[in-house]
Amino acid sequence: MSKLEIRSPLPGTFYRASSPDVPPFKADGDAVASGDTIGLIEVMKTFQEIPAGIDGKAITFLVDNEEPVMAGQVIAEVEQ
Amino acid sequence: MAIKVLHHGLATTVQDLGRPGYFHLGIPVGGAMDRLAMRAANLLVGNDEGAAGLEAVFMGPKLEFTEDALVAVTGADMPAKVDGVVQPGWTAFKVKAGQVLSFDFLKSGARIYIAVSGGIDVPVALGSRSTYPIGALGGYKGRPLAPGDELPVGAGSLASEGRALAEEYRRKPGTPAALRVLPGLYWDRLTDEAKDNFFADEWKVAPEADRMGYRFRGGRKLSFVERKQPFGAGSDPSNIVDSCYPYGSIQVPGGTEPIILHRDAVSGGGYFMVGTVISADMDLIGQLQPHTPARFVKVTMEEALAARAERAGLLERLRASLN
Repeated sequence: MSKLEIRSPLPGTFYRASSPDVPPFKADGDAVASGDTIGLIEVMKTFQEIPAGIDGKAITFLVDNEEPVMAGQVIAEVEQ
Repeated sequence: MAIKVLHHGLATTVQDLGRPGYFHLGIPVGGAMDRLAMRAANLLVGNDEGAAGLEAVFMGPKLEFTEDALVAVTGADMPAKVDGVVQPGWTAFKVKAGQVLSFDFLKSGARIYIAVSGGIDVPVALGSRSTYPIGALGGYKGRPLAPGDELPVGAGSLASEGRALAEEYRRKPGTPAALRVLPGLYWDRLTDEAKDNFFADEWKVAPEADRMGYRFRGGRKLSFVERKQPFGAGSDPSNIVDSCYPYGSIQVPGGTEPIILHRDAVSGGGYFMVGTVISADMDLIGQLQPHTPARFVKVTMEEALAARAERAGLLERLRASLN
């Protein structure tokens, strides 16, 4: 069982959900498909959807909601 | 010769050195946020300094070349790749017809400048090829690039590949970034305590920062001297009777979050300005990522002029080094 990393392509502020009153895109332990959105990065007054980019059985987030992230920072790990 | 846009990155625009002369009509100066990096990229591929290139912020585009070209990428540290092979930054390299230029993750800085021999040959609008997206002016159809766009490229000269810019010209912001500021016309609106706090506090680049304005937060709220509201000014103590906004001026709406007006700024409005970032430090702002710590450093007019002369000297040496 191997783990793959999902990195943020952008610096900005990470959000787990599309708005504060809806559930997060993915919870820890959820399965992910490559095209699934796992979060949003807010930068320059726009929100960019972050796709998983990989398929996997279980996702674990390493960055909290509303936490600042840098480009290239690992935001989640995915078990294959 | 054309470049096909396979992916646009986050916000990639055609930019040159800008269109000065129209700010009084509300058309911003525009052009590269880091003009030294733009100039250097052009010189490395044998272009005029003022040729149009691409500015990409935080995330690089993916571009397919239809003919051979010489390319240089300057500014932020974001490794360029040709068909997956990493190329050195601040160095001219060849891209052959059919090859794809893409980029790795951003490592430091914020904006890269991509120059192509011959320059991006979009129509000139008000004296410049720079894109001003809010006004749908200049650049490629007045907007940031999108997948499927085909960028026309001019005829290039025969500069040689492998030419690199010496390390000393590759300026990077310190930590915290130090931005030198000349206090301005409305400086007397602040209390003595606020004047001290503005320069003493550490600020951080806000994620909203863009080509129009670089917003900062994290410092203490500024307090204002009591006054009778002037005729024509808004009721907030940070309001003034509408005035011209210089490029580089720092407004602080409500006294909370300083905003440095940059290349695509509005030209006037009703917020007081504490001062103006000196011209020598404006390029540096274009390389600040969100959440980067920054300090404002108070300078005198003499110091600002000396810094400008020093910057002009550096540019002269840079030009000579590539001749």
